[in-house]
Amino acid sequence: MLAWFLANFSAMVFYCLAAVAVAGAVGVIAFRSPVHAALSLLGSFLAVAGVFVLLHAEFLAAVQILVYAGGVMVLFLFVIMLVNVRTLTGEGQYVRRLVPAAVVLGIVLAVLIGVGVVAGGQGAVADPAALTAVAGVPLGNTEAVGWSLYRDYLLPFEVVSLVLLVAMIGAIVLGRKDLGAKEGA
Amino acid sequence: MTADLVALLPELVLAGLAMALLLVGLVGGGRRHGALGAGAVLSIVAAGVALWVVASGTAEGTRFFFGMFVLDRFAVFFKALFLLSSGLAILLSLDYLKRNDYRPAEYHTLVMLATVGMMVMASGSNLATIYVGLELMALSTYILAGYFRREVKSHEAAVKYFVLGALSSGILLYGLSLLYGATGTLDLATLAAKVSGGRPGTPVLVGIALLTCGFLFKVAAVPFHMWTPDVYEGAPTPITAFMSVGPKAAAFAMFLRVYLGGLEPLADQWRLFVAVAAALTMVWGNVAALTQDNVKRMLAYSSIAHAGYALLGLMAGGQNGLQSVMFYMLVYTVTNLGAFGFVILLESRGFAGETVNDYAGMARKHPVAAFGMLLFLLSLGGIPPTAGFMGKLYLFAAAVQAGYVWLVVVAVLMSAVSLYYYLRIVLQMYLRDGADAEPAALLAAPWTERVIVACAVAVLVIGVLPGPFGEAARATVSVLAGK
Repeated sequence: MLAWFLANFSAMVFYCLAAVAVAGAVGVIAFRSPVHAALSLLGSFLAVAGVFVLLHAEFLAAVQILVYAGGVMVLFLFVIMLVNVRTLTGEGQYVRRLVPAAVVLGIVLAVLIGVGVVAGGQGAVADPAALTAVAGVPLGNTEAVGWSLYRDYLLPFEVVSLVLLVAMIGAIVLGRKDLGAKEGA
Repeated sequence: MTADLVALLPELVLAGLAMALLLVGLVGGGRRHGALGAGAVLSIVAAGVALWVVASGTAEGTRFFFGMFVLDRFAVFFKALFLLSSGLAILLSLDYLKRNDYRPAEYHTLVMLATVGMMVMASGSNLATIYVGLELMALSTYILAGYFRREVKSHEAAVKYFVLGALSSGILLYGLSLLYGATGTLDLATLAAKVSGGRPGTPVLVGIALLTCGFLFKVAAVPFHMWTPDVYEGAPTPITAFMSVGPKAAAFAMFLRVYLGGLEPLADQWRLFVAVAAALTMVWGNVAALTQDNVKRMLAYSSIAHAGYALLGLMAGGQNGLQSVMFYMLVYTVTNLGAFGFVILLESRGFAGETVNDYAGMARKHPVAAFGMLLFLLSLGGIPPTAGFMGKLYLFAAAVQAGYVWLVVVAVLMSAVSLYYYLRIVLQMYLRDGADAEPAALLAAPWTERVIVACAVAVLVIGVLPGPFGEAARATVSVLAGK
């Protein structure tokens, strides 16, 4: 019994974390109050960070908590407080009409996720050694991510910075206030 | 490392100048339309020169940045095409921006950064690079769709484009993640080697199915086309013109590179899927266009139909298939930019320019522009001696050689159907006097007119002398086909 328990411990932790992550995601769309929805999303983020730890991706887990649970969530809550929405109203009927379509798409997605799980079960995925060593030299997790990001994936990484620049320009261009016939100089 | 940066020179030049333009735009209230427009066009020219220098000094198919970026003639052809389409789109926007008094600096910057994204897509030899390039292009285009903020339709177009674009990116990413999970690589060459042995497992198949859905979304093929008519209609016409050529050609470059490069060994798995989508796209695009009274909507359905024709070349595969799609993208770019240029011209003449009836009597009022529009419509319909005829000829010949006779039969029948709605506009322009539609105000749109004339000349030249252009496209395919 104890041996079985120990052998399957990480699996059990995974299923607990997965359940929390899914429950949190359901909460995001189920809660009517935006603040509750945001807090529910926070639970989901933290559970995903736990899954990263289980996968020995400690750096990703830390970043997940710092960036998502920290930065992104604070921004969400900040915006919610700022626009001061108490509950979402008036969307109910619109959403209800979409329930059949959502159910069908949800089933399709569940099947696809099932396939993903099966793929993981079959093994033969990415080389786990790549996470902890570069060219045979053992490294820490953070170091390995750094090597991968700033060496192999340097070009995509730099292009992402242009994506962020575009997002910034877009936010300013679309968010500026002056809408008059002559836009303010 | 220096060699890597040199290979990236065209993109670096364009991105750097785009940012410089953004800063220059802050000086003088950002209203110096002439100077900023000239700066944008010259930047595109500079990137073109850099591309020519780099392409002529690099061995075919060399890979850079740890295998993330490849320079082959396929990439160079598409990059030149993107620069051409962006340059023409900027020229088409000059009068429009000035007349409606919108800030030009950010507009040109976004077009240029979208072009950088497209160029990265065409050169990407790793799925990560291709995806990041795609997002750079897509995000810029979403913003451009909503750039003209005083028009309510433009908001709707931007939001729809953004939401559906994000959804399709999600589908695409899910497909990529399944492929990565099953093969452990994002590199196209390694991927081709890994999937070539034996029957692929279920995860690979589901990954390809999702990836195909995502790509069909990006090229606006049926049944993933729903966003196109609304977005094309709602977006400002110069942006519609840009979206219908640049990003579409980039999506095809990505489609060709991934499906004929990395996933070529699995062609038997995806070919049927793509064939059905191509047939549906040709049929639905043309049939739906028949009933449109709004010219922008009609051109949107026509662009859906043309994506269907171009998918024939992807189906055919091999050197002929690739060459035909690349040549067709060139033809389609000059033709469609010209046609949208005419729509912009009508809008700037004080017409709405959007319903078919607005075209009545144009031949009498603007004989030169109307003759250009006649050429563009004939080219879209595929009538000789225009470029569109040669483009379709290459595509259909490649598909017949590959044994897809039934698809070509569908394509020819649907081309015949398409003549109805193209000629409807011609009839309006030439056979109705349009006395009831006198223009309210005549505004000068010199650059739009020049682009129309240039595109009309290009349509005729490519139609009469397709040889050199076809040759440019042929030479580009060697690496990809041999991979």
